[in-house]
Amino acid sequence: MCGIVGIYLKSKKFEKSLGGMLSKMLVSMESRGPDSAGFAIYNSDKNKTYKYSICLNEMNFEKFKKEIKKKVKLINIENNSDHVILKSIKKPHEILPILESFVEISLVGYGKSIEIFKQVGSPSKVVKKFNLDNFSGTHAIGHTRMATESAITTNGSHPYSTGEDECLVHNGSLSNHNNLRRKLKKNGSKFNSENDTEVAAGYISDSLKNRNLKQTLKKGLSELDGFYTFIAGTHSGFAVLRDEIACKPAVIAETKDYVAICSEFQAMAHMPNVNNAKIFEPEPGIVYSWGK
Amino acid sequence: MNLDLKKLKLRSVNEKLQSIDRKKNSRKFTISNPEGNHAICAGLTENIDVTIKGHVGYYCAGMNQNANIIVDGNVGTGVAENMMSGKVHVKGNASQSAGATAHGGTLIVDGDTSSRCGISMKGIDIIVKGSVGHMSAFMAQSGNLVVFGDAGEALGDSLYETNIYVKGKVKSLGADCEEKKMDKKHKSKLKELLKKAGSNIKPDQFKRYGSARKLYNFNIDNVSNY
Repeated sequence: MCGIVGIYLKSKKFEKSLGGMLSKMLVSMESRGPDSAGFAIYNSDKNKTYKYSICLNEMNFEKFKKEIKKKVKLINIENNSDHVILKSIKKPHEILPILESFVEISLVGYGKSIEIFKQVGSPSKVVKKFNLDNFSGTHAIGHTRMATESAITTNGSHPYSTGEDECLVHNGSLSNHNNLRRKLKKNGSKFNSENDTEVAAGYISDSLKNRNLKQTLKKGLSELDGFYTFIAGTHSGFAVLRDEIACKPAVIAETKDYVAICSEFQAMAHMPNVNNAKIFEPEPGIVYSWGK
Repeated sequence: MNLDLKKLKLRSVNEKLQSIDRKKNSRKFTISNPEGNHAICAGLTENIDVTIKGHVGYYCAGMNQNANIIVDGNVGTGVAENMMSGKVHVKGNASQSAGATAHGGTLIVDGDTSSRCGISMKGIDIIVKGSVGHMSAFMAQSGNLVVFGDAGEALGDSLYETNIYVKGKVKSLGADCEEKKMDKKHKSKLKELLKKAGSNIKPDQFKRYGSARKLYNFNIDNVSNY
């Protein structure tokens, strides 16, 4: 099962209510994924600041704050439940090794606009825990997980981010992820779990070095074996792809103000003016994308 | 009588529609604010009219007997699955597996259906005014599938005795499905089906597809493949 949701705003009208809209979607997809939930929300600061989304796990926030301040010059550090958003002008290649030296924590995403929060527990608990209703942004992606092939942990939760401002949510399962993981590791990719979706995210990040998102997903059709509906996010928008058998559902609603995608229509029934939206199912094997 | 799903629980609405007193005259219902809920109008048995105003979720009108159900919106997976009799009319699009395994009755979809429309159908008449997705009428056993638009890949794969009529293009035929001649009896049956759907398109504009019946029995020439 699993539920996937996403909102891309075409106008500024709903930017302030983005978090609230996504929160309702995630809660209504609880029946498809009660084990864990997560979301990536994009809010582009147009400056040079990088945001690092970190799950503290068992580590105490004050202790982490004290220690990280010794090592990195920060602009800001903000605590949200067991997650931290760390802002710095230092580039990822400088910061990531420092963060790796903290064994207790896990980096869940980084980039100039992305913030990721994910945790085990029911979607309604997770969205409350992180106060998703108060978030604003330009586009967002979320996931509710019914765990199948790997453990129910923070690292087993979606969205997966393996590159700057990139993230992926997935409904389905991949059958060639072990082989692909080995190949990607040889190319220098790093993985933190046994999860199949993390491999797909790594595959996308690796391929994006030479192609755009649309070309990457098209190529993925022949290289990612299994069942999937993917939503892949970048700093400017997101793309949707279903495998050619198309067993995993998806429905898209488009109005002049937004594009919404959900596993089931009920998750978007609350969206403004949705009954007059253009509603369609993405066709199998075709990449749909919004943004640049 | 209007049943508002914003105020009433889905289960109580379904229970009400499933236990209509035969002596009562109230036989017309509307359901408002369906908001994509699943299994709306599942398991109805009485000859009643229900109009659902809005988009619905999975398995709408599943197992229907006798009831006449109109959906003024889109439907999710498995609309009218395992329907026995009655009529379901979807004014929008339908998702995958529309009319799956249904034994009887009529399903009319004004828009498109996605993949596997009429999978394993066992006697239902399905009329789609738009196009159908891949693997439609997969293992279809009996009944009729009429498509005004196009059909996706592998139409009628592993088909038994369902008749498929398509007006538009067929992307590809599935295993053991072939184009068939349109006889007089097929034309008159198709005319009757088109009339049911309120269409006056001429049966001559359709092509008929059916089973080549080559998979019915084991072909000894293939023995070396096993």
